[in-house]
Amino acid sequence: MMPTAHRRLLFLALTLLSAASILIASAAGSVTLNWSEWLAAISNSSSDQGELLWRLRLPRAAAAWTVGALLSLSGCLMQVLLRNPLADPYILGVSGGASCAALFGMTLGVAAGVIPALAWAGALVSILIVFSLARGEGPWSGTRLLLTGVVTASGWAALISLLLTLGPDSSLRGMLFWLIGDLSYAKLPYWALAILVLVFLACLGMARSLNVLAMGETTARLLGEPTRKLLWIVYLLASVLTATAVSIAGNIGFVGLIVPHLMRLLVGSDHRILLPAAAMFGGLFLVLSDTLARTVLAPRQLPVGVVTALLGVPLFLLLLNRARVKQ
Amino acid sequence: MSVLECSKVNVRIAGIQVVRELDLKIQPGQFWGLLGPNGIGKTTLLKCLAGLDQPAAGQVLLESRNINELPRKLLARHIGMLQQHTVYVFDSSVLQTALTGRHPHLAYWEREGARDLEKARMALDAVGLSDFQARSVTGLSGGEARRLAFAALLVQEPEIMLLDEPTNHLDLKHQVKIMGMIQSRTHSGRHSAFAALHDINLAASYCSHVVMLFGEGNWCAGPTGEMLNETSLEKLYHCTVERLEGASGPRFHPAPG
Repeated sequence: MMPTAHRRLLFLALTLLSAASILIASAAGSVTLNWSEWLAAISNSSSDQGELLWRLRLPRAAAAWTVGALLSLSGCLMQVLLRNPLADPYILGVSGGASCAALFGMTLGVAAGVIPALAWAGALVSILIVFSLARGEGPWSGTRLLLTGVVTASGWAALISLLLTLGPDSSLRGMLFWLIGDLSYAKLPYWALAILVLVFLACLGMARSLNVLAMGETTARLLGEPTRKLLWIVYLLASVLTATAVSIAGNIGFVGLIVPHLMRLLVGSDHRILLPAAAMFGGLFLVLSDTLARTVLAPRQLPVGVVTALLGVPLFLLLLNRARVKQ
Repeated sequence: MSVLECSKVNVRIAGIQVVRELDLKIQPGQFWGLLGPNGIGKTTLLKCLAGLDQPAAGQVLLESRNINELPRKLLARHIGMLQQHTVYVFDSSVLQTALTGRHPHLAYWEREGARDLEKARMALDAVGLSDFQARSVTGLSGGEARRLAFAALLVQEPEIMLLDEPTNHLDLKHQVKIMGMIQSRTHSGRHSAFAALHDINLAASYCSHVVMLFGEGNWCAGPTGEMLNETSLEKLYHCTVERLEGASGPRFHPAPG
């Protein structure tokens, strides 16, 4: 258990780091702003640099933070839901449905602004398919949900390959970026932020229940949880988080798998601390990754999914190794 | 002080009837031992008693109410169960895990308070894990994990304790300690316990009552002194049993061959 003082310090640090990450993201890029230019730009939104800041960089940084938080939160929930530390937000096919719909839209050449709505609709279809097939009568079965989800995801993957094969060459690059995860066109939609806040509060309310759920379904029932209901709520909340993230930024990998783990190693597995810590760290991690994606090979922009993987994998392995040494 | 009751309970495993029309009243002050060979339905019966499973027929009643119709949270305040296996997938500290026993007693947003912490510490102390509070659960030995699970059950403070082979993985000292703790809880007259056991001598020493499952639906139940003898045990385990008179009552052991 974490002492209250440590907990406050942790959240203060995560808040400051989040603010710093957004500051860096807004200053860095093809045109790097120094401190006085940044101040001038932020106070005058109609100047060129002000436009850059207010219309491009800040919305993109805010979108990155939101998507990172959505994915990390979803990852935490999926891992408890399936009681499997290898679960990630995409494992049950939510992102597959979203990708299929988005790619289909791109094949048809619909306007970029419509893609998020299409993706959300695709994700919803996938959620409903898995939900209705895995639900059945009788007691909760994590295995049935996992198998239904994984097989549905494979089905979507096949359709995605088909769309990539049949799609016009002109849209292939966009499709690929979308599949790797890309924030180039991301604007912060307020509905996404609202979903994040609402689901986060709901999860925080259930945090102690999630703690007992992580000890196994039977243990949770013996400790007074109506687990069948609770687990379906967790499934739906995690799916909504994933669907929202994917519809904004495509399939950004590794954040939803690695951030929950990193935070478990750092703050333990009490969800009352883990959930907010993971959400905030996921947010700032994605903001920094996206800033790197824009700047490393500037003026070329990389899809942020490449950076999250390249950063996340060694970071994760390092921390895992350190944790083992400590034990 | 609640009474847990089986009324004409049938238990089936994979379509085969293992218990037929079991009538049983677990009263405060009683410590029941559940005896029977492997696969005879002990765990399944315990699950029915905990409301985890539904009996194939009949009812399990808590204070005359069907437990399958009671909300889980209410049940968890009256009935606690030590499961046969405890597997920890996610890491957590020993103290944090013991504290989960308070879960059914806390409201939705409530955090564990100083009193809950005190209860968890006392329970860990009682099972000899007080120096392990900050240790991670995934690094515990089988016996230590067993004692931690029992500590969490103590923290839950149920009136009725269901235990599935509580002495599994425990050394002699801790077997005696834990059985003694369960017995002294029931001696207070407010608590009862019902434990599936394989050690007939632990049952003979600690249990006030035993129920034996012979298979094919047959069972018998009653006070330990009347139930435990060579004849019933030979019928139960299908092997020759010898009776020895110990200082604290009869002891049974299987005859070789």
